[in-house]
Amino acid sequence: MKQFTYTIKDPLGIHARPAGQLAKLAKSFPDTTATLTKGEKTVKLSQLMMLMGLAVKKDTEVTVTVEGAAEEEAYKALQEFFEQNL
Amino acid sequence: MILMQGKGVSAGVEKGTLYFYQRADTTVTKTAAADIAAEKARLAEAQKKSMEQLAVLADKAREEAGDESAILFETHSMFVEDEDYVENIMTVLEDEQCNIEYAVQEAGRQFSSMFANMDDAYMQARAADVLDVTRRLLNNLMGVVAGGIDSEEPVILAADDLAPSETVQLDKSKILAFATQGGSGNSHTAILARTMGIPAICGLGDSLKEEYAGRVAYIDGQVGRLVIDPDELTAKTFQDKYAKQAEMKKLLQTMKGQEDVTLDGKHINVYCNIGSPDDVAAVKSNDGQGVGLFRSEFLYLATNDYPTEDEQFEAYKAVAAAMEGKRVIIRTLDIGADKQVDYFQLEKEENPAMGVRAIRICLNRPEVFRTQLRALYRASAYGKVAIMFPMITSVWELKECRRACKSVMQELTEEGIPFNPDTEIGIMIETPASVFIADELAKLCDFFSVGTNDLTQYTLACDRQCNDLGKFFDPHHPAVLRALKMAADAAHRNGIWIGICGELGADLTLLPTFLAMDLDELSVSPSSVLPLRAELRKSIAKTCDLKLLEC
Repeated sequence: MKQFTYTIKDPLGIHARPAGQLAKLAKSFPDTTATLTKGEKTVKLSQLMMLMGLAVKKDTEVTVTVEGAAEEEAYKALQEFFEQNL
Repeated sequence: MILMQGKGVSAGVEKGTLYFYQRADTTVTKTAAADIAAEKARLAEAQKKSMEQLAVLADKAREEAGDESAILFETHSMFVEDEDYVENIMTVLEDEQCNIEYAVQEAGRQFSSMFANMDDAYMQARAADVLDVTRRLLNNLMGVVAGGIDSEEPVILAADDLAPSETVQLDKSKILAFATQGGSGNSHTAILARTMGIPAICGLGDSLKEEYAGRVAYIDGQVGRLVIDPDELTAKTFQDKYAKQAEMKKLLQTMKGQEDVTLDGKHINVYCNIGSPDDVAAVKSNDGQGVGLFRSEFLYLATNDYPTEDEQFEAYKAVAAAMEGKRVIIRTLDIGADKQVDYFQLEKEENPAMGVRAIRICLNRPEVFRTQLRALYRASAYGKVAIMFPMITSVWELKECRRACKSVMQELTEEGIPFNPDTEIGIMIETPASVFIADELAKLCDFFSVGTNDLTQYTLACDRQCNDLGKFFDPHHPAVLRALKMAADAAHRNGIWIGICGELGADLTLLPTFLAMDLDELSVSPSSVLPLRAELRKSIAKTCDLKLLEC
């Protein structure tokens, strides 16, 4: 299991566009689960509607956890995605 | 040859395929399912079809407007497959042992209300996306074509009648003309057609049959004739008219950039009536000198919930800024009567034209009014905005409106938000009551604008939605014209200006009467600006008389 914490910088927070891209990205790693935690709530990154339902706003700290066969790869790709897009 | 005769409500000639407006049947009834596996298979099929449609839409959007707009459809397509959404559908299906349509509708409701209840305007707006996706799935399950027009080519759009909320959502680039079974010259379809400058016929009744769908038809909006398979003579008549129309259009183009003035130097402001920011393009291409009536209803009709202050502000600002300092008169909410909006939950009324509508709703619901006024005043910092109140019948109503304006201005001052404190305030003259007390009203506002459709309806006791009143509904009635004269005299006695923003303003046969009344402004559909200007520039105001006011 690998984990990183990130503070959202995008003024709109995790809105539809990056949420959709995240869901797509998360699904691309076989046998690997990626989750996002905001406060006490955790959803899988592949759960697009629930992810949007968290309403993650600017300056919110979130924790991303990956676990499974491709966790190294997923960890790197997701971290990069957050830094570049959120 | 099949000849259909109706009432021509917007002039012009066109030839095109007849297409019947497809109204999505929105009622889903819950039934017991015999075979749950079969229902699941139907869902899979509908999902597949929805994804295909969305992929096509995304490609089209990308080609026309780039990546940003394609992403909406890609998000929708992910919603179609969203695991929680689909799981929710399956849970309802298993628990209730019902038809898949019901399960889909329920899941859509749950997820859209999740978004709608969020404390974030952006996320609240996503509720509409969930409903849109749910609608698409349901349409595919029930074999309904949504969105009104499923054709690549522009068509002659046929329907029984079209509701305002339906016309709002139509893809206007796909419409050559309108032909409806019901409706009248004052129905919303007619008004839309005149704004777009395309032919329309109402009141075709049963002669317009759905079996004609797909046939090529000729439409003449001036004489109200719709023809399929014309004989040689009829076809030639149409072609001649079409050629003439093209020539006329060319001729009218020479009117662009010309002043709106009579031969003897009387100036009139020729403005436009619009229904949404999209119409500004038509105002500009027809050289309208301002916006005399911007109906704010579209903001309320196109959504499932009260539009926010920011949404309204953006729309008003867009128009004010695009008109570059020219006057933009925005009318506050005018629903009720013929323009119902579900979320307002208005009581059903026996006679809505005389019920709680327009300014009456605003004065009853100060919060709704305040939101709109705030948006209007904020927009006043970006152009020459004027605010107009509809359906005024009493002095106290106008005083109360002014008080509401004042308190909004005070709020904005305290919040340090820019606005124009000298924003003009005007009222619609639509009721006989407002005509009788016009002197007192004129002392409390900056301008009058006469809504001739309603003034005719209330003066003559003729329901404007009713299509068989025929000769009894006469907008040229001396009583209506005298009311107009009384209002004009009262306005000028009190040093304010007066215009017309009803359909009558574009009636060229009345132009001499309007000139004799010394009206200051005429606000018409964008497509009527150039013909009106051409007529105005041929007129001599001094020789105009008030003969038509005699019985």
